[in-house]
Amino acid sequence: MSLSIEEVHRIALLARIEVSDAEALAAQRQLNEIFSLIGEMQAVDTEGIQPMAHAQSALLRLRDDVVTEVDQHALFQSIAPQVEGGLYLVPKVIE
Amino acid sequence: MSANWEIVIGLETHVQLSTDSKIFSGSSTAFGAAPNTQASAVDIALPGVLPVANRGAVERAIRFGLGVNGGLADNINRRSEFARKNYFYPDLPKGYQISQLDLPIVNGGEIAIVSPTRGEIKVRLTRAHLEEDAGKSLHEDFHGMSGIDLNRAGTPLLEIVSEPDMRSAEEAVAYARALHAMVRWIGICDGNMQEGSFRCDANVSVRRPGEALGTRREVKNLNSFRFLQQAIEYEARWQIETLEDGGRIQQATVLFDPDSGKTRVMRSKEDAHDYRYFPDPDLLPLVVDEAWLDRVRGELPELPQQKRDRYVSAYALSSADAVALTQSRETAEYFEDMVDVLGDDAAKTVANWMMGELAAALNRDNLDIPRSPVTSRQLAGLLRRIRDNTVSGKLAKDVFDAMWQGDARGEDAADLIIEKRGLKQISDVGAIETIVDQVLAANSKSVEEFRAGKDKAFNALVGQVMKASKGKANPAQVNEILRRKLS
Repeated sequence: MSLSIEEVHRIALLARIEVSDAEALAAQRQLNEIFSLIGEMQAVDTEGIQPMAHAQSALLRLRDDVVTEVDQHALFQSIAPQVEGGLYLVPKVIE
Repeated sequence: MSANWEIVIGLETHVQLSTDSKIFSGSSTAFGAAPNTQASAVDIALPGVLPVANRGAVERAIRFGLGVNGGLADNINRRSEFARKNYFYPDLPKGYQISQLDLPIVNGGEIAIVSPTRGEIKVRLTRAHLEEDAGKSLHEDFHGMSGIDLNRAGTPLLEIVSEPDMRSAEEAVAYARALHAMVRWIGICDGNMQEGSFRCDANVSVRRPGEALGTRREVKNLNSFRFLQQAIEYEARWQIETLEDGGRIQQATVLFDPDSGKTRVMRSKEDAHDYRYFPDPDLLPLVVDEAWLDRVRGELPELPQQKRDRYVSAYALSSADAVALTQSRETAEYFEDMVDVLGDDAAKTVANWMMGELAAALNRDNLDIPRSPVTSRQLAGLLRRIRDNTVSGKLAKDVFDAMWQGDARGEDAADLIIEKRGLKQISDVGAIETIVDQVLAANSKSVEEFRAGKDKAFNALVGQVMKASKGKANPAQVNEILRRKLS
């Protein structure tokens, strides 16, 4: 399997990464090398093996449903570029 | 628009779980706090933070799984996984939403509904998965910018996906109402639709009966039953008209505008999100063991379906009565409380009053049963007076209205009102005979007609007696005495 240059641009758009044509070509080459490695791995017979969800064989730890956090918005907002009335301000995005 | 189209609907419902803290952080989930005061480092996605899952959220998902599966746990995945759903939006600071994809916590189950056209049907559930909510974007004018409040970010949601089993807007609303009743019944969601605790997306398509499924469009974010109904009706009509005009339906996500009553395209399939799901490396597989399932099952209340079956078998109620009485847990409790007071044989009378006078009054004043001005004990007190012939069934309605207006309080409100207004039924034979004699003397024409064989004349005479007694004469006694005197 290999990626077309259009697919590389599409992935860059989805990830919100701006790439020049030269960068896209380089990324295409690198990604296709990764795909060829994956192709080699796919030669292994995995029939009947449960897909792995996590590299560790541990299980999820759960916490009790208790409120432990306190209001720290003033501290957090001290590094925000723009704030008003407790809200973070961002460039307008309407879908 | 010609007939012979079939509308096919499936619903995706986001139910906010009623935990105190968020699904992956210890922030409060309380509604209405000042902006960003309930958004921790995890919720605003500061670098280096890690999610820790909330047992209370998982437990509510388990309750749901059991509740929609008759208490059985074969639809609950003993091992489920969290995945990242990637997209960019300012109210999603991580750049991904933690959700479940391949292995959700619940697979399957069903919700029973009464369809206006098909009777009682079961809507199958595809799945229910845990996920976190996003924050809120406020697009009012902040100098041309948007304001972001992340208090809601990380609030636990259960997304419940139905099979496309509904065939009309009415059925979709019946399903949404039944699901709403269920999540409140089992105590996993407060059901507050104004605050967004229960929101529906409707997948709508149309086809000729017997044909394969048509192309669907998804109507997003319907937060009232009325909008759900209006949006589906509009959308289905639009699709049918488009097809009949020779057009084609393109898969799309649309928004419903309550002001115009129309749907409009938000995004088409071409620019649909590509979410690039993958297992979240920050979260290990979620395992639910049998001991936990057993404990949750033991704590479940009697489920709506179980109550319905019991009402039909123990009280000989009709299936329709049983469905109506289990619309909410409070309705069922009101009913059961009255039956406790009045005895099992009164069940049918109780059901009739609840679905008659009480339902009509609640409906008229736009109230739900927990806010009924007439309590179950007060209504039971009234029915007791009908049963012991203190008040006629007809005047009991006046007593009910007076109780509704708050003319008397306390469990003996009915007695106080009957006394105060002099509504007590006249069952004294002598008193009724006196009235009957007066009526017979004043209505000789009716008497003659009756004797000539006109049965209707008898009813006219009964009416006159009742009128003369201001509705208070015991009707059975009036009948008997009249017959005796006329024979």
